[in-house]
Amino acid sequence: MAGNEPSARPRSPHLQVYKWGPAMAVSIFHRVSGDGLAIVGGLMFLWWLGAIAAGPDAYNAFIACVWHDPSPDAGTFHMVTNLVGKIVLIGLTWAFFQHLFSGLRHFVLDAGAGYELKTNKLWSILVFVGSITATIAVWLYIFAETLNG
Amino acid sequence: MGNGTRLGRVRGLGSSHHGSAHWLQQRLTALGNILLVGFLFVSFLRLPMTDHAAVLRWASNPTVALALILMTVSVFWHLRLGLQVMIEDYVHGEATKLLSLVLLNFYAIGGAAYGIFAIVRIALAPAAGLAPGGM
Repeated sequence: MAGNEPSARPRSPHLQVYKWGPAMAVSIFHRVSGDGLAIVGGLMFLWWLGAIAAGPDAYNAFIACVWHDPSPDAGTFHMVTNLVGKIVLIGLTWAFFQHLFSGLRHFVLDAGAGYELKTNKLWSILVFVGSITATIAVWLYIFAETLNG
Repeated sequence: MGNGTRLGRVRGLGSSHHGSAHWLQQRLTALGNILLVGFLFVSFLRLPMTDHAAVLRWASNPTVALALILMTVSVFWHLRLGLQVMIEDYVHGEATKLLSLVLLNFYAIGGAAYGIFAIVRIALAPAAGLAPGGM
């Protein structure tokens, strides 16, 4: 079929040959965070919605799996899933902020602005700084709220 | 690659003449996501998430249910567009690419339908005299 025959021409360069810089990193992480939100975030959102609709027992089972099992004889399994759940939720929070801030950067680029080398580098770095700062702030707030009951 | 010849177009490799639609839809749903996912995110932080009754009361509010339905449409449309580009870039075999795109459409459309059905059931169950359940 056309386009599939082997060719001696060089292939286009990929991740392993580029020198990492802020602008290309923010572009790659836009895709990584978007794909993560699309699959993991989407499925967790549907799981959560389904659990609300299914009633208190199903919702409590969801919470016991993902967040905290309040029963006195909570097993090792839920200890593991609670830990994994929190790691996934922290990851989704970071992916949300990364994709949001990076997406806002794309809106500016779409308008034709922000392509000067220094400006582009600055805003690429600020996207990472912003997403990490916002993630830490949100989770400090959540853990503080949880500890205060 | 298709170079605009009739054969190229038959093979699906030529210009389809709606190249900007994907780009524009991605931006429009992105704007929707900023507003609607932003609303969901703030709600997550303010709600007592481990309390089913409180979450149910919140989700069955008509304004909230409407926002959640709009959000589900916007998010699943946006993720369909985004994952499509990812598949087109990284899945090279014709058969696996086609299969991946079919699965993507099943996930995006099926997921959105499941989400919207759950929201409608949450919001209308009291009016229909239904106890929670059945999902």
